[in-house]
Amino acid sequence: MSTSMRTAVLAALALAAVAPAVRADEPKVIEIEAKRFQFTPSELTLAKDQPVILRLHSQDVVHGFYQKELGIDASIEPGRTTDVQLTPHQAGKFVTICDHFCGAGHGNMKMTITVQ
Amino acid sequence: MRDLDRRTFLRIAGMSLGAGALYRVAPALAAPGMGADVAGSLKRKNGEAIRPFTFVQLSDTHVGSGPPLNPGGTAAFERAVETVNRLGQPPDLVLFTGDLTHDSEEPGEPARRMRRFQEIADRLRVKVRRAVPGEHDAGLDGGAVFREVFGETHYAFDHRGVHFVALDNVSRGKPEVGPEQRAWLEADLSRFPRTAPIVVFTHRPLFDLKPEWEWFTSDGEEVMKILAPFENVTVLYGHIHREDAHAVGHVQNYAARSLSWAFPDPAQAAERKPLPYDPARPFQNLGLRLLHAGAGPRPAAATVRPEEVELTLAERSGTEGFAQLLRPSTL
Repeated sequence: MSTSMRTAVLAALALAAVAPAVRADEPKVIEIEAKRFQFTPSELTLAKDQPVILRLHSQDVVHGFYQKELGIDASIEPGRTTDVQLTPHQAGKFVTICDHFCGAGHGNMKMTITVQ
Repeated sequence: MRDLDRRTFLRIAGMSLGAGALYRVAPALAAPGMGADVAGSLKRKNGEAIRPFTFVQLSDTHVGSGPPLNPGGTAAFERAVETVNRLGQPPDLVLFTGDLTHDSEEPGEPARRMRRFQEIADRLRVKVRRAVPGEHDAGLDGGAVFREVFGETHYAFDHRGVHFVALDNVSRGKPEVGPEQRAWLEADLSRFPRTAPIVVFTHRPLFDLKPEWEWFTSDGEEVMKILAPFENVTVLYGHIHREDAHAVGHVQNYAARSLSWAFPDPAQAAERKPLPYDPARPFQNLGLRLLHAGAGPRPAAATVRPEEVELTLAERSGTEGFAQLLRPSTL
């Protein structure tokens, strides 16, 4: 392989390696932290019909992440990352709850996802 | 014996007696001899005749909770026990539909609260008592302490021709029954004809009552599919701290009031905040409230008023000769 050809191949490989990170249609990743008894952020606004990945982490115990109308039903285990792929097609405010009983304040552990 | 009319019903009669709900199970007596006919038919079809009996549902005692959430502590529970004991004819069974105790993470405290619950429940003259856990009993430890104190969290038993099923929709942490228990339920019911009268008791509603308040069971729809072939199913539950009646197909679902604090109507309230506690009316909105709904001082002996829980007539295709009616008891 000539030097120029090798250079061209390496350039192509380098481009291929970085290409996925710069694709315009890559879903936005949104980090959400869960700990007793709150989600951070507690409010989130998403664009209708735009795919996102909700990346969930727990700082303490197992939590749930549940929103019936958006089709979200996930468990968030400490020490693991849980990705929820979501493309909301319906505008509105959606209360998302921890549905894995986590202690005294469990009933108030929720966040609001606004889709517009 | 003449043929049963397809409009002949088995009646499971229910009333709120203030201390929860009292149910009377008896063949309908729409015409002389009709009850005996229904009982005979059921015996042939189900293998066991219905023999009249009563049972009581109590719910959400939350023993161990206190101010500000539950200023009354165990007062409503203890009064409910007295009320049941004063009934002229003791019920055969008392069913507890979960949240017997309030959760605690202090070592040893959950077991202490469960023993305290038992001390109060032991005052009941009704010796046959059955319970399912609520998430406050079993959500943090998978039901381990509950099993040590009370036994299994799901099971079934027969009583005078009615099949009772205790379903656990809390021990997995999330509001779900789970595939193993659903398989058990299907196998348990497989030996019964579709006419068998079945009472399921559980903690959370098995349908989407208010998901954003966690008033649902995620696999409740699958449970309902298992129950659907059976014509006479009543589901009794707690959790929501208020009365409610809801039909899923022909399955009737009833929630009992709590014996701790009350939640608001989800159709009216924006948030699931306990209703305010009024020290002058400590049992307002709780199970005991209905007992003394009339004017005047509290009677020396409990007067069980035939308050109507709900009137629901589910007339089935009728091929097996009965459906069920939940209506005020005449006891």
